[in-house]
Amino acid sequence: MNSNSKALYFSENIPKWIFGFIATFTVAILLGIFVFLLISGLGTFKEIGIKEFLFGTDWNPNAFDTPAWGIFSLVVGTAMISLLALFIVVPFGLSIAIYLSEIASPKTQEILKPLVEMIASIPSVVLGFLGLLFLAPLIAKIFHLSNGLNALTASILVAIAALPTIASICEDALSSVSQRFREASLALGATQWATIKKIVIPAAKSGLIAGIMLGLGRVIGETMIVLMVAGNSRAFPHSLLDAVRPMTANIAIEIKEVVVGSFHWQSLFMIGFILFVITFFINFLADILIHKKSL
Amino acid sequence: MKTKENLRETAYFSIFRVSAFIGIGILFLTLILLFVSGYSVIDFNFLTKNWQHRDITQGGILPAILGSFYLGFGVIAVSFPLGIGTAIFLTEYSKNNLLKRIIKLAIRNLSGVPSIVYGLFGLVIFVNLLSFGTSLLSAILTLSFMTIPWIITASVESFESVPQKFRESSLALGATHWQTTRKIVLPAAITGSITGGIIGIARALGETAPLIMVGATFYLSNLPSSPLDKFMALPYHTFILATQHSSPYANTYAAATALVLITLTFLLSSGAIFLRFHYRRKKDW
Repeated sequence: MNSNSKALYFSENIPKWIFGFIATFTVAILLGIFVFLLISGLGTFKEIGIKEFLFGTDWNPNAFDTPAWGIFSLVVGTAMISLLALFIVVPFGLSIAIYLSEIASPKTQEILKPLVEMIASIPSVVLGFLGLLFLAPLIAKIFHLSNGLNALTASILVAIAALPTIASICEDALSSVSQRFREASLALGATQWATIKKIVIPAAKSGLIAGIMLGLGRVIGETMIVLMVAGNSRAFPHSLLDAVRPMTANIAIEIKEVVVGSFHWQSLFMIGFILFVITFFINFLADILIHKKSL
Repeated sequence: MKTKENLRETAYFSIFRVSAFIGIGILFLTLILLFVSGYSVIDFNFLTKNWQHRDITQGGILPAILGSFYLGFGVIAVSFPLGIGTAIFLTEYSKNNLLKRIIKLAIRNLSGVPSIVYGLFGLVIFVNLLSFGTSLLSAILTLSFMTIPWIITASVESFESVPQKFRESSLALGATHWQTTRKIVLPAAITGSITGGIIGIARALGETAPLIMVGATFYLSNLPSSPLDKFMALPYHTFILATQHSSPYANTYAAATALVLITLTFLLSSGAIFLRFHYRRKKDW
C-alpha cells in the first residue's frame, strides 16, 4: 500500500467505524431498556405468583402485617380511562381527519393541520393542571360530587392528549388514497359523502386503524394527567365517576418512596415492564398496518 | 331522494368542519385559560429572580427556566449525534438484512413507549448503576434516550428519501463513499433529521414524569453548578405548584410557569413545522 491509498483507506473507513460504533452503542442501550426493566422486575415472581400479581385486586405494599401485591385494580383503572378516552377521541379525531383530507381547501388544510399537530406540544402536565383548575370542578358540579377527580375527568383530558396523534395519522392515511379512486367514484355519479364513506375510508382502513392504535398507546402511557386528575384511589373502581389509579400513576407515586432493590421496587419495575410490552406491541401492530401497502 | 341524501351530506360535513374547529379551539382555549390564570404575576422579577420557597410571591422562576435550558441543550448534545449517527450507519453503511430490519422496527416502536418507562430505565441505569445520582446528568441521559428513537426514525426516513440516483451519480463521477455521504446525502437529508430532532426536544422539555424519578427538585436556592447537581425544571415546577404547594397563590404561579413552558415548547414546535414546510417547498425530487 502506498501512502496515498493508505490515506484513502483511512479516510474512507474511519467514518464507517465511527458510525458503526455510534450505532452499536445506541442500539445496545435502547435494547438494554427491555433487558434492564425485565431484570429489575423479575424478582417479583420469586415471592408471588403471576396470577396473584396480575389478578389480585388489592394493591397495598405498605400494609403493616399483610402487604398485598395485586395490580388488577390498577390495570382496570388504566383500561377504563383508555377505553373511555378512545370512545371520545376516535369519532372526534376521525372527523377532523376527514375534514382536513377530504373537505377543506388545500389552503385551509395547510394552515389547520399544523395547528392540530401543535396540540401535541401542550405538555401533559399543563393539561393536567388545567384539568385540576377548570374541568374537575365542572365535572363535580355536573354530577354533584365532592370533587371531580375521577376516571371521567382523566379520560376527557387524555383524549385531548391523544387527539393530535389520531387526527394527524388518520389524515395521512386518507390523503394517501389515490385521487383516481375519488374521481372514478364521482364520475359514476356518487355524492362526495358516498365516495368518502364507500371508497376513501375503506381504502384507508389499515392506516386509520393504525392511527387509532397509536392513539391508544399514547393514552395507556399517559402519566401526568392521570396522576393529577384521576384521583389516585387504589380501591377497585366500579363506575366512571370513581377515583382510579392507573398503572403509570402508581409508578410515579410510589417509586420515590421505595428502597432501591426492595420487593416493592421490583414490583414497580414489573408494572413498568408490562407497560413497556403493551405499548411496544400496540405500536408494532400499528407499524405493520402502516407499512403494509394497501392497494 | 336526492335532496335527502344531499341533506345528509351537508349534515355530516358540518359535523366534520365543526370538529376541526373545536380541535383548534382546544389549542387556543388552553392558551387563553393559562394566560388568564397566570399573566398577572409574569413580570421581569418573575423571569429573572431566584426562587423563594417560603414566600413564592417574592421570588422568580429563573432556576427553573435555566434548568430547562440546560436540559434542552444537554439532550440536543447527546441525542442529535447519537441519533443521526445511528441513522447514517443504518441507511448508508449497513447491509439490508433481517437484523437491520429488526433493529429499525424495534427503534420505531420504542418511540411509543411511555416516558415513565424511560424514567424507570434512567433510574436503574444512570441514577443507581452508574451512580450519577438524581442529577441533571441523569435527567439529560434519560430524556436523550427517550428522544433518540424519534430522531433515528425521522432521520432514517429522511436519509432513505434521498433518491438512489444522487448516490450513483456521485460515485460514478469518482467520489468515494464517504465523500458521497458527506457532500451529497447529508446536505439533502439533514433538514429532515433536524426537524424531527426539534420536535423531539420540544416534547422532552415538556416531560414531567421521568423528571420526578431522575433528578428534578423544587427546593433549590442555588443554580446547579455541576451536571451532578439536582436542578429545577419548568414542567416539574408547574406540577409541584399545582399539586403540593399550600400558598394561596400557588395556582397563579403554576399557571405563569406553565405559560413560560408552553411558550418554549410552542416556539420549538412551530420552528420545526416552519422548517419542514420550507424544506418541502425547496425539495425538488
